[in-house]
Amino acid sequence: MNYRVVSYVIGLVLQVEGAFLLLPLIVSLIYKEHIWQHYLIPALICFALGWLLSRKRPQHETLYPRDGFITVALSWLILSAAGAIPFVLTGDIPNYVDALFETVSGFTTTGSSILTDVEALTRSGLFWRSFTHWVGGMGVVVFIMALLPMLGASTMNLMKAESPGPSVERLVPHVRDTASLLYKIYIGMTLLEIACLLLSGMSVFESLTLTFGTVGTGGFGVLNSSIGSYSDLQQYIIAVFMILSGVNYSFYFLIISKKFKDALSLQEVHWYLVIIALSVLAITINISAITPNLPTAFKEALFQVGSIITTTGYSTADFGKWPPFSQTILVILMFIGACAGSTGGGIKVSRIMILGKTIRKELATIVHPRVVKKIRMDGHTIAHETTRSTNVYIAIYSIILFMSVLLISVDEFDFTTNFTAVVATLNNIGPGLNTVGPACNFAHFSYFSKIVLMFDMLAGRLELFPMLVLFAPSCWTRPVKLSFRVKHILRKK
Amino acid sequence: MNIIMVGCGKVGYSLVEQLSKEDHNITVIDEDAEEIRNITNNLDALGIVGNAVSFTTLQEADVAHADLLIAVTGSDEQNLLCCLIAKRSGHCKTIARVRNPLYVSEIEFLKKGFDLGMIINPEFEAANEIARIFQFPSAVKVDTFARGHVDMLHIKLTQDSPLNGLRIMDIRSTLHTSILICSVTRDGHTRIPNGGFVLQEGDEIGFTARRKETTAFLRKIGLSKNRIDNAIIAGGSKIAFYLARLLMLSGINTTIIEQKRERCEQLAELLPDVAVIHGDATDQNLLLQENVSTTAGFAALTGLDEENILLSLYVKGINPAAKVITKINRITFSDVINQMNLDTIINPQVITADFISRFVRSMDNTDSEVENLYKLADGQAEALEFVIKEDSNATNTPLAELSLKDNLLICCIYRNGQIIFPTGQDCLKVGDSVVVVLSGFRISDIKGILKD
Repeated sequence: MNYRVVSYVIGLVLQVEGAFLLLPLIVSLIYKEHIWQHYLIPALICFALGWLLSRKRPQHETLYPRDGFITVALSWLILSAAGAIPFVLTGDIPNYVDALFETVSGFTTTGSSILTDVEALTRSGLFWRSFTHWVGGMGVVVFIMALLPMLGASTMNLMKAESPGPSVERLVPHVRDTASLLYKIYIGMTLLEIACLLLSGMSVFESLTLTFGTVGTGGFGVLNSSIGSYSDLQQYIIAVFMILSGVNYSFYFLIISKKFKDALSLQEVHWYLVIIALSVLAITINISAITPNLPTAFKEALFQVGSIITTTGYSTADFGKWPPFSQTILVILMFIGACAGSTGGGIKVSRIMILGKTIRKELATIVHPRVVKKIRMDGHTIAHETTRSTNVYIAIYSIILFMSVLLISVDEFDFTTNFTAVVATLNNIGPGLNTVGPACNFAHFSYFSKIVLMFDMLAGRLELFPMLVLFAPSCWTRPVKLSFRVKHILRKK
Repeated sequence: MNIIMVGCGKVGYSLVEQLSKEDHNITVIDEDAEEIRNITNNLDALGIVGNAVSFTTLQEADVAHADLLIAVTGSDEQNLLCCLIAKRSGHCKTIARVRNPLYVSEIEFLKKGFDLGMIINPEFEAANEIARIFQFPSAVKVDTFARGHVDMLHIKLTQDSPLNGLRIMDIRSTLHTSILICSVTRDGHTRIPNGGFVLQEGDEIGFTARRKETTAFLRKIGLSKNRIDNAIIAGGSKIAFYLARLLMLSGINTTIIEQKRERCEQLAELLPDVAVIHGDATDQNLLLQENVSTTAGFAALTGLDEENILLSLYVKGINPAAKVITKINRITFSDVINQMNLDTIINPQVITADFISRFVRSMDNTDSEVENLYKLADGQAEALEFVIKEDSNATNTPLAELSLKDNLLICCIYRNGQIIFPTGQDCLKVGDSVVVVLSGFRISDIKGILKD
């Protein structure tokens, strides 16, 4: 492994986090909370450590796939560990494990909380909590790649490790331009939603925090009732932006580059929208009996479906009280997740599509044993490696899911709670059902279960492999320096 | 610049490697998905799987906004057709690789007919390079700058060279010559030396001087090999054909050893004055029979790198005075190859890539003053040719008073048809063509030579 490059990138991540920590500092100054020093100290520590790690540019700049995976996994661990410090210092969340849970949940855009009373938090604490969603949504390593002219083409391996989707491809020739393009779209979307919410009469603070939670598909609110107490218009704005954030970003790229026809023919986006439409329809009918009128039923169905499929986790209604049919649809949507290449989590619509098509192909080979068939998407055949890694992904996904359920069942909660808690964290959604439902939180779990769930959140956000690679001993060995060896042998002769 | 690269074989790969580092937006098209995956995983380029002759594929690569299309697939006709279609569907310049000897005499016609920016024939360029080296047998490599007015010779310092242990600033007074040492390669690492640098045995130095002084200098350091008068070429490839023709034109007696009967017949027909031998070039007896022990020049141009290396080592062993040239197709393990006692290594892919990237550089002229770019010593150092268009801090001040960057050297100035090898008193003027040698960084205009 190329330790130099890994530590260089991690150093940069720390410095960027230091810079980000200055934002809640400003918020605390604006609201005169007199806790600004609790942000300044971690920020300075991040700067100092980051500077130490990245002060020397590595000579050997190639990042192999395993380096990319390890860098990203470690970056996210360190990012979370450092990001939790302000919560402890300001006293918002005095316990470090709880603070870490909240931060991991923030950066991975999960939105599961251990807080029983969100409104008791300081303003700056709330801001930082929501801002971690925004940072984690598009990814901090991608942010660094967009910012700094770094290390050449092999940084593609970093992007592959951090960005979601079965096959991460660049949009434009340069990796760096791809990264900055993604962030431009992301920032554009953020500003647009902030503007919409401000126009609808929301306060600046709430517009900012809720937007961070929406475009990052996170789900931390600032009120105990999540989004439920906002006006209908504001709820619709947030619902629409949640659904937009779950769309594959190459859709927006194609729109920007004026390839409307290509954009509109993206199959994944079709499926995504069809799934949303069908779910909303089914749930609206199903819950119309328990809601006052049909428009309310539609509004609640749309918001909850949008929130769950994009893995955001905001809520306007306690779907824990909905009929089982609607609850089941929501749990299925939790698994499906958003589109690949979006900020959402879950298995991803494109993986589901590939799986569906693989199944159809297998059926075809039973009917015609010698048939030669290719799986196609958007007019291109899908490489065998992609289908294979999708299958493996599903397998590992199931193993982690059931292992986690087993591990947290030690806490002796009911099965629905345990199962949906793992589903909600592994898919980066936020609320589950029963005692982890939208009206409840994760505070009652033991430390051990919280650590398991934190792992699930990170594994879910980074799409399993980077976190698993950390446990593979062969990844930690040093590469053989070829030229040195050869010279040595020649000299001996 | 937006560049579309069609075909990512060896040449395509090394071109993408070079050009993406120069911040161009590159889209690669190839029919082989595996090759595309390889290139997009390792280099900063967008890959498209498909046949570039198809208009749809070219559209997918956004040909309408491309500035340049480089076609280097294995087939000449595909390259030409693809350039033609790209030309019609966008307004990009085009470069095609055309290697069939049949088309060589028609290159000018093809270039005009297809409206191509450049036609490149790797084998022909490689043969040209070899022929040039045979002109200066004592040099490892010869680079030419300023439209052929300036030569940069690379020589290796042998055990008994009078330069060993000499400081560069003392060369002028000790040997009474005014050569300029531009680069020194030691242990595979190239640097631009300053006056205090001490030379030692095994260094490869690159220097420039007037032609007359070059000869005198080579004589003084005991390297005055005469121009060669006969040469043996092992292998009857396309390069061998072009090389034999060039050598015959300059009056060098040439022998080609080729294994295939058919090819021998072909060569004999095309090259009536060349001695074509039908036989295995790796047969020691045959080589001795053909006087390999006394030949002045030897070029190993068979299709196998290993065979070429072995042959060259053998010839170098029994005939140390001969100028031996080794063709190597794969650049991997260059560390190992450089440690062997080989005179000159020729790599057609690198030559082609250099040629094309020089063209790309000159296309870039609007935003950069670089006229030409030459790679020296495996790309570890570069010579950039600038034309000074306007006055700046760097002009009209004696060089001695300018604070130049480290690892940078002004190699020569070409002014009003005259070559000046600058001393501290000379200064740069508007209209000058300046060759700057540098290593480890890159500059885009003449002001870049100054320290920030």
